[in-house]
Amino acid sequence: MTPSSITEHELHAYIDGQLPPERLADVEGYLRDHPEQARRVLAYRHQTDSLQQMFEPMLEESPPNRFHRPQRNPLALHGRWSLAASVILSVSTGILIGWLLRDAQTQPTGAGDITAFNTANNATTHNTAALNLARRAAIAHAVYSPDMRHPVEINANHEDQLVTWLSNRLGVSLTPPKLSTLGYTLIGGRLLPGNDGPVAQFMYHNAAGKRVTLYITHEAKDDKTTAFQFAQEGPIGVFFWIDRGFGYAISAGADQQELGRIAVAVYDQLPIK
Amino acid sequence: MNHHDAITTCIPRLRRYALVLLGDRHRADDLVQDTLERALQKFHLWRSESEIRPWLFSVMHNLHVDQYRTQPRHLDPLDTLGFELSTRATQEDALTMRDLLQQLSQLPDEQRSILLLVAVEQLAYKDIARILGIPIGTVMSRLSRAREHLRRIQEEAAPTPHLKVMT
Repeated sequence: MTPSSITEHELHAYIDGQLPPERLADVEGYLRDHPEQARRVLAYRHQTDSLQQMFEPMLEESPPNRFHRPQRNPLALHGRWSLAASVILSVSTGILIGWLLRDAQTQPTGAGDITAFNTANNATTHNTAALNLARRAAIAHAVYSPDMRHPVEINANHEDQLVTWLSNRLGVSLTPPKLSTLGYTLIGGRLLPGNDGPVAQFMYHNAAGKRVTLYITHEAKDDKTTAFQFAQEGPIGVFFWIDRGFGYAISAGADQQELGRIAVAVYDQLPIK
Repeated sequence: MNHHDAITTCIPRLRRYALVLLGDRHRADDLVQDTLERALQKFHLWRSESEIRPWLFSVMHNLHVDQYRTQPRHLDPLDTLGFELSTRATQEDALTMRDLLQQLSQLPDEQRSILLLVAVEQLAYKDIARILGIPIGTVMSRLSRAREHLRRIQEEAAPTPHLKVMT
């Protein structure tokens, strides 16, 4: 399925952030050269992200009554419990009380192999969602930006069609921001699968051929807002933030400063009305 | 951190894994309780220089294989879980979750548990090999099959726009 230079094992290790750092460049180079494999990796990453999002809230669940009710009705016990139950309960009560008082340290970061800076001190679910956003945006950038023939589904020559199409699919009025003052022009856009409905990706390039993608989701259902954050995934830098239910991520093989300028320009022209 | 505290912090994760294995809240909590009891009995076997979470998962895995897997399931797998998750989500999220749970329940047990250990618990492959008592090569091939299987199910089951990878 994969050439001998990159093993199936390594592709999974790449997805799971378990790849030795010295192999990162090789795997990413391989994915750039093999779009089919890159799409498979992207699909697996989406799986991983959606599984994480689905199961994460379970860590915050309140414990069931059976665990904090010392006086239990013996008739309600399973047969194999009976006498042992009182012994177990006395031993585990300490643990279970501890569980009731547990603090937020048990929450996962969900960050995978991404390194995020400037994150909020409290690693909330919300921040995990933002990190997932950054990771998905970086992968989508890695998959589509090297594509010379079909980088976008609708190109900028049909910008009005692009706007109508993406706006209909996302259910909001969505106009790609102008980045010409920074030397970037719009190539076009495409729809991508998100965790919960479609995601828009706009692609821009400059005179030197450098490509930048803007990834916009409308998945956050609340009005929370996060600060600007920066993350680096392999050679791809990502600036990302959440603003009133919309997630934005700017990805490029550019340094933090340049990405920051682009992020500010995008921020000034959005949010989506 | 004493060992009680160390175990305590893992309880929510143990419950989650038990629920994915058994698909039934009540039996899952039985399994968690048994795991805690066994862990306290066998605590001297835990090598304190290693992380406690993989060790607790291996205790649970062994109990599950020995005592639980042979009992017939009496509920639709993950049905309870689906209900509970959906109560905390918006309607649209709930539908997506139900889809994913339904797809997950179509996987064989061993594929479902490896996905949870890798994707959700984010445990190291070598720890997972130890938990499941299998060689790391088997972990990788099982993971590969699980991901591809789930992808096929998703592609077949849902021609909805958000699951289709645009080409």
